[in-house]
Amino acid sequence: MTTPQILFYAFAALAVASALGMLLNLRNAVAAAMSLVVTMVSLAGIYVLLEAHLVAAIQIMVYAGAIVVLFLFVVMLLNLRADEFSPGRQWLTKGAALLVVTASGAHLVRLLSADLPEPGPPPPGFGGYAQLGVSLFTDYVLLVEMASLVLLAAIVGAVILAKRKID
Amino acid sequence: MPVEVLVKTIFIIAVVVGALAPVITWVERKQSAVMQDRIGANRADVMGVTLLGLLHPAADVLKLLSKEDVVPLGANRFMHLISPLIAAVPAIVGFAVIPFGGVYHFGDTTLSLVVANPDWGLLYIFAIGSLATYGTVLAGWSSNNNWSLLGSMRASAQMISYEVTMGLSVVGVFMVFHTLKLPDMALAQDQTLRLLGFLERLFGIPVPAWLDWLRLPAWGIFYQPLGFLMFLAAIMAENKRPPFDTPEGESELIAGFHLEYSGMRFGLFYMSEFIEVVVIAGLVATMFFGGWAIPYLSTGTIIAGIGSVFGTGFATGLCMLLHFGCFMTKLVAMIWLQMSLRWTLPRFRYDQVMDLCWKILLPLSLANIFVTAFVMLIVGDPL
Repeated sequence: MTTPQILFYAFAALAVASALGMLLNLRNAVAAAMSLVVTMVSLAGIYVLLEAHLVAAIQIMVYAGAIVVLFLFVVMLLNLRADEFSPGRQWLTKGAALLVVTASGAHLVRLLSADLPEPGPPPPGFGGYAQLGVSLFTDYVLLVEMASLVLLAAIVGAVILAKRKID
Repeated sequence: MPVEVLVKTIFIIAVVVGALAPVITWVERKQSAVMQDRIGANRADVMGVTLLGLLHPAADVLKLLSKEDVVPLGANRFMHLISPLIAAVPAIVGFAVIPFGGVYHFGDTTLSLVVANPDWGLLYIFAIGSLATYGTVLAGWSSNNNWSLLGSMRASAQMISYEVTMGLSVVGVFMVFHTLKLPDMALAQDQTLRLLGFLERLFGIPVPAWLDWLRLPAWGIFYQPLGFLMFLAAIMAENKRPPFDTPEGESELIAGFHLEYSGMRFGLFYMSEFIEVVVIAGLVATMFFGGWAIPYLSTGTIIAGIGSVFGTGFATGLCMLLHFGCFMTKLVAMIWLQMSLRWTLPRFRYDQVMDLCWKILLPLSLANIFVTAFVMLIVGDPL
């Protein structure tokens, strides 16, 4: 096995193990969140192996470094225990989980059975910030603007909700 | 290649982490003493030799190592034990992308005084630094103490807020230097900037030869003065030393997130803050003060000038040493700047810290991006 292969299996095993750790840590929400961080960081390692360096950096900065910190913030603020989740809503969560697992499982089976071509080397500059920036603001500019509109709506909504409490 | 990287890593850990960081604890004590008209630490002695108090760092380490490592009752033992490590490691690995010198060619061998030079350069430091938040947050949460928990709540909110500003405040630097790589930024500052060059670019008036000496070193601070102030404020808040030490806040929260820590685990939190001071100094020196570049003396000039007398190989080696010395001088100056700020300004109140971030620094940094883009469009690229 080559070094990238060894690294890939190491990161993949870590990602799967920490994802399972997150699911099984029902009693301790903080430990579950920390397992999620490990999953995010190992995914970033896999992105680096795929030459997607910028995506890896953003994965760590945004997901591992900011979003899960906010999760932790909320978990510590509310200090929830497992029995405090309302049982009425759980069928919704379980149904959504079942749907996602079925869909991604079907996709995985299709990928494994398909005869995929051997990947060539990536084009020069692949995964760097320059190329990503150019493609975001030329080919995908409509999607970027739509995403920013959604974020703007979320910001305005959050301000209105927070202001109503103060007034 | 791995051997080279290993040697550089060991050098950085030995010189910067092992030697510089303990000395900084002494510098902090002595400088605060000078600023407050005191004598400062001078009691630790070996057979009557005190070395101006330089033995205090060694005495501190001995004391911290020999103290009991207390884990409070009801604490999450595992998290309590690992969070100082989570805080310390990101601070140390930040040095990997800071250039201690340029790239030097000795015949066919090329020596580069930076451990790693990834395409995403500075983003690496931001990414690694964002993980340091967990050390602080988990330390407070796992201690089973309300003061600690309050400290870590403050830390998580403060550090996430300032990450946003920190990233936005250096976008102007990225635009000016066209790169995220710190070695490339330092290289771009290894030249001079004509003060009247804008006349030529804007109006086509050639600068008269007798005014050609009006030059500044092409340092980032002259392109991005506001960016420098905002970045320094944001990254010092990220490091949560005074005046931004609300997570610790000893007058409100006793010692905040590390209240329940003792011995070397407390020492690790303390140490990681000092190592981060050095990382910040290196970053600021590289981005805004030319890094290893000697003002008014470019690499080409040195090698050509000395090389014509003593040979190119000797000149390159001497140039490398000069650049390393220049970088270390700037590093020490930036450490001194942070120490002075730390002992000059009183602690912000927590809401003031947040206001500074979201109401002042964030709009200013966005404005800085637009103004930089506008000026670059009108006057043209500085490089």
